[in-house]
Amino acid sequence: MKALRILTRSIRDSFKSVFRNFSLSIASIACTTITLILVAISLFLSYNVQQVTKDLEHELTIVVYLNKDVTDEQKTEIENDLKTMENVDSYELKSKDEWKAEMKDEDESLENALDIFEENPLLDSIIVTVKDVKDLSETAEKLRKYDFVNSAEYGEGMVENVIGIFDAISFGTFAIVIALVLVTAFLISNTIKLTIFSRRTEIEIMRLVGASNTAIKLPFVFEGFILGVLGSILPILLSIYGYVFLYNQTGGYVFTQIITLVKPFPFVLFVCLCLVVIGSLVGMLGSWRAVRKYLKI
Amino acid sequence: MKLIKVEHAYKIYKNGTTAVADLSVSIDKGEFVFVIGSTGSGKSTFIKMLYREEKPTKGSVIVGGIDVARLRNSKVYKLRRKLGVVFQDFKLLPKLTVYENVAFALETLGLPSDEIRPKVLRAIEAVGLKEKTRNLPSELSGGEQQRVAIARAIVNDPKLLICDEPTGNLDPDTSKGIMKILDKINKELGTTIIMATHDKDLVNQMKKRVLVIENGVLASDTKKGSYKVHESVKNSN
Repeated sequence: MKALRILTRSIRDSFKSVFRNFSLSIASIACTTITLILVAISLFLSYNVQQVTKDLEHELTIVVYLNKDVTDEQKTEIENDLKTMENVDSYELKSKDEWKAEMKDEDESLENALDIFEENPLLDSIIVTVKDVKDLSETAEKLRKYDFVNSAEYGEGMVENVIGIFDAISFGTFAIVIALVLVTAFLISNTIKLTIFSRRTEIEIMRLVGASNTAIKLPFVFEGFILGVLGSILPILLSIYGYVFLYNQTGGYVFTQIITLVKPFPFVLFVCLCLVVIGSLVGMLGSWRAVRKYLKI
Repeated sequence: MKLIKVEHAYKIYKNGTTAVADLSVSIDKGEFVFVIGSTGSGKSTFIKMLYREEKPTKGSVIVGGIDVARLRNSKVYKLRRKLGVVFQDFKLLPKLTVYENVAFALETLGLPSDEIRPKVLRAIEAVGLKEKTRNLPSELSGGEQQRVAIARAIVNDPKLLICDEPTGNLDPDTSKGIMKILDKINKELGTTIIMATHDKDLVNQMKKRVLVIENGVLASDTKKGSYKVHESVKNSN
């Protein structure tokens, strides 16, 4: 009960303090808000980029064309090897006749052209789906080493570039978020430092009458928490309305049909949860730093 | 029964200044003791060691069974709950009323409100401020503010009341009023009182035990002493 009373008192005092030092609180809240808006943008960006990369990964395949004179034994050999290759997720054999039928379905002129040949000029092939697109070229290189493999193609160059750009975007946004979080923690820490200074007589009396260190420190930590949570309100509203608006306006596609946006729900709610957690944690960490540094008890 | 036992206590600051050197003294429960000495004599350091604002460098300072020298920072509150402290500058919270200032001490300790109210009213009554419970400190005279500080110090029924020049900011008549209250607390509640002061008249009037500290050492310790002892010690030096 006693601990509960101290806790209630700490929460009450921290609310009082937020309003008592209103201008300082507003400065901290504004800073947290700006940071969290940027954090939200980074989260939306990096998650969407991750999603697009994932989609690309699923769609990217290596098409292995086998020589015309390939034997059934050789096909079995490569199939067995594919089963044990680390980066191979799945594979599918596609005979030259299947190719021909598919091409005929797609285009009539191709049907006529293919009919000119007495023998099907296409090659038997294997379509390989990989686990990690980053090792796509390595896997293709391994498959090219077989004598009976004519070629292994996957759109060299373009894939590496796209993945490289996406990786850079993810890393860049992550680095910015970390830097902003640190700056906010520092600013909240400064606010709490000034609060501690403005309440030094109160703290001194608390120490004199025998308040435990926890009872003295707790209101300041709560104050940081409150500042963090208040600072996350606007970013949350902007995230919900902003992202839903963007999604509705673009119809879920950016530039091309390949780049799709993640559906707003429950994604936006997850981002909002992240914002509250980051806001409150940063607030508490900032105030904890100030309490440790300026409240030597 | 001993409440305070100081044995060969030293306080040497990091810059090499020795504030207290080889000080030994013991104080019984229920005593009223004046601590006198000129500015920089080590009197304040001695007082501060009693409530662990300063930690002795060497020796032992035992207050109410707690060895102050060995007390970790995080456990200081255990000592502070056994004593009350009154200062020259009152240290009241300007935005709180008399009642709230006194109650603050108990609220901080997490006492339930139904326990706080009778204790606070009793303490305020003991210092004669029953009619002013709703006044802010700015609406009180210096003497009244000091009485609020005393009420806050005794509200938790401490065994020891440490007063660091409580009459330093007050005129002689008001000071006498404060002394009457302290004397009453000492006699009626049995609270041990240690008071550092420069006020010659008060010491001479009260005829209590007087500890004289000069250059960090205990120069004299007299029962029913007076400020004259202090002066004679100075002359003999």
